[in-house]
Amino acid sequence: MQDTFAILIDGKEAAAHAGETILDALRRAQVDTPTLCTHEHLTPAKACRACVVELKGSRALVASCERKVEPGMELRTDSRRVLEARRGVFELLLSQNDVSAAPALVLQAERAGADRERYRGQRYDRGLHDDNELYVRDYDKCILCYRCVEACGPDVQNTFALTVAGRGFSAGIAAGYGESLPDSACVFCGNCVAVCPTGALMDKREHTLRAEGRWDESRYDVVQTTCSYCGVGCQLELHVDRRSNQIVKVTSPGDHSITQGFLCVKGRYGYSFVEA
Amino acid sequence: MHEPVLLRRQGHPDATLEAYVADGGLKGFARTREIGQAATVAVVTESGLVGRGGAGFPTGRKWESVRTAAESERYFVLNADESEPGTFKDRVMIETDPYMVLEGVLIACYAIAATRAYIYVRGEYRGAARLLAAAATQLAAAGHLDGIAPGGRPLAIEVRHGGGAYICGEETALFRSIEGYRGEPMSKPPFPTVAGLFRKPTVINNVETIANIPDILSRGAGWLQRYGTDRSPGVKLFSVSGHVGRPGVYELPFGAPLQELLDLAQAGRDLRALLLGGAAGTFVFPGDFDMPLSYEGAQSRAATLGSGALIAFDQGTDLWRVAERLGNFFAHESCGQCVPCRIGTRRQHEMLAALADGSGGDGERERIATLGQVMTDASICGLGQTASTAVRSLIDAESRGLLAV
Repeated sequence: MQDTFAILIDGKEAAAHAGETILDALRRAQVDTPTLCTHEHLTPAKACRACVVELKGSRALVASCERKVEPGMELRTDSRRVLEARRGVFELLLSQNDVSAAPALVLQAERAGADRERYRGQRYDRGLHDDNELYVRDYDKCILCYRCVEACGPDVQNTFALTVAGRGFSAGIAAGYGESLPDSACVFCGNCVAVCPTGALMDKREHTLRAEGRWDESRYDVVQTTCSYCGVGCQLELHVDRRSNQIVKVTSPGDHSITQGFLCVKGRYGYSFVEA
Repeated sequence: MHEPVLLRRQGHPDATLEAYVADGGLKGFARTREIGQAATVAVVTESGLVGRGGAGFPTGRKWESVRTAAESERYFVLNADESEPGTFKDRVMIETDPYMVLEGVLIACYAIAATRAYIYVRGEYRGAARLLAAAATQLAAAGHLDGIAPGGRPLAIEVRHGGGAYICGEETALFRSIEGYRGEPMSKPPFPTVAGLFRKPTVINNVETIANIPDILSRGAGWLQRYGTDRSPGVKLFSVSGHVGRPGVYELPFGAPLQELLDLAQAGRDLRALLLGGAAGTFVFPGDFDMPLSYEGAQSRAATLGSGALIAFDQGTDLWRVAERLGNFFAHESCGQCVPCRIGTRRQHEMLAALADGSGGDGERERIATLGQVMTDASICGLGQTASTAVRSLIDAESRGLLAV
């Protein structure tokens, strides 16, 4: 039995279920809410602050992705404070990051009315980490959403290769103590790549094709299959270039009951035998 | 002339346990054992004591909610991670009277049935940490820690050293630090009294707050109210630095005029402004030097006492340069977790540097104000939420013509 109660969203009564987040309730009420760091299968990082809402009785705005609903909550998602805070978050990110591989972020920034020119200053200049054959890390694109850290850690993989290092503007994702990925504890499952929202983490093949101007999603078919490596039964989506008949990427559906979108190194990267 | 209470043993030759007991020490703790846990918390609540770390939350309410918590595993944490620029009163308090501080810890631990006490000391305060650790050892050797922890066990007091991060003075980041994680703040609620250190009910108090406790117990709930104002009972330690003749820590009853504090510190008559409340405080100008030093007095002038830090600036000071340094401080100390603070403090510092160099204009002022509101509204913790307070008070003062030389 689900305990259901009423909350107020922008003055209108809405149903909320005990244990769910404010964001869950907002989505059910079809209130458009920008989000960047939150992910359905990961612990809310409440780090990006794009989803903040005004909660009556709370001095600061609250992150709707993390805060649980309580009976009688009065929320505003359309107040000037909320809209300016959200716009500010996107304007700050645009002033820092390379967003060329983050179309979803750019779209949400536009919807929030973000002005690219409002804040200027030092941008990220961290260089490309290209130290292995499976995926590359471009931390100029990283918005520090913590998704990769959580996927690598207790939420999914329990490998703990990735962590946050440094402080303030210098904070960034690091493998081990700043090691290269092959030297770190990384097992190359690629689950961090699967959850990265900005293209900061990208499969090597996709990165290479994009760099060469040859990445063209209109040419790719998605072929569903079941991974043949073991008996778990992970569902795979093979992204196949229909002209060359080559696999360009392997993913798994986020709503699949077994994988929830997560795979191991073999399922995600062990496909070259098909082409042999 | 106010006779010091908290700092009454300043200048005493040796801070030994024997000297402390001979001077009336441990009477408050004896009283606590006599009247029991509930009555002890009631006395603290009735005394009107509020936290001296800056937030001013009623101490008794914190204690009561942990005392009555359902979980039996509870913690007491002494926040001695004093890092606010211009604040050094806790260090002086500890170095003056480590036993009075620890007696307050014992009373708190007994009252809330704490399973363990942690003392988190700013990393640079090596002397203060040594004093506290040595005093805890003496108290243990003399049997004073026996029977405080639940089940009649002796209380374990663990002294932890900070690693040099301002953010670890924020209570939830401090918990993460003790737990062995990165010092990153967590959202509140849940508040520490519900889910604090190791997600257990936790009381976390500032050093100065806890130093008030022994006297409150030994002299009664009404004692604190003999000092200060109706709404701010008690005394306050002020850290005074900058352009004054005698910088240092001064103890005054709440409500004393700001000018009295300036006179004690031998401030000249040519002060341009004060920064009251630390980096997260506000600029105060000579027209407000008659301000009563109480929570309500400061509030009535749109200022804040914060932790009681006062930095004085004379006429030769470029206040925009001061603001730039404050901006640098916050950008350096932001943990980097949330976007508004991580990028916002950086952008704020860049804009303040432009203003200080004379290359910024009204556009910068407007952007700083806009950005300040975003940081205040959307940041996770108090660092980002207050990183623009002082700067915005300076912009406001400028618009009121107070910066004209």
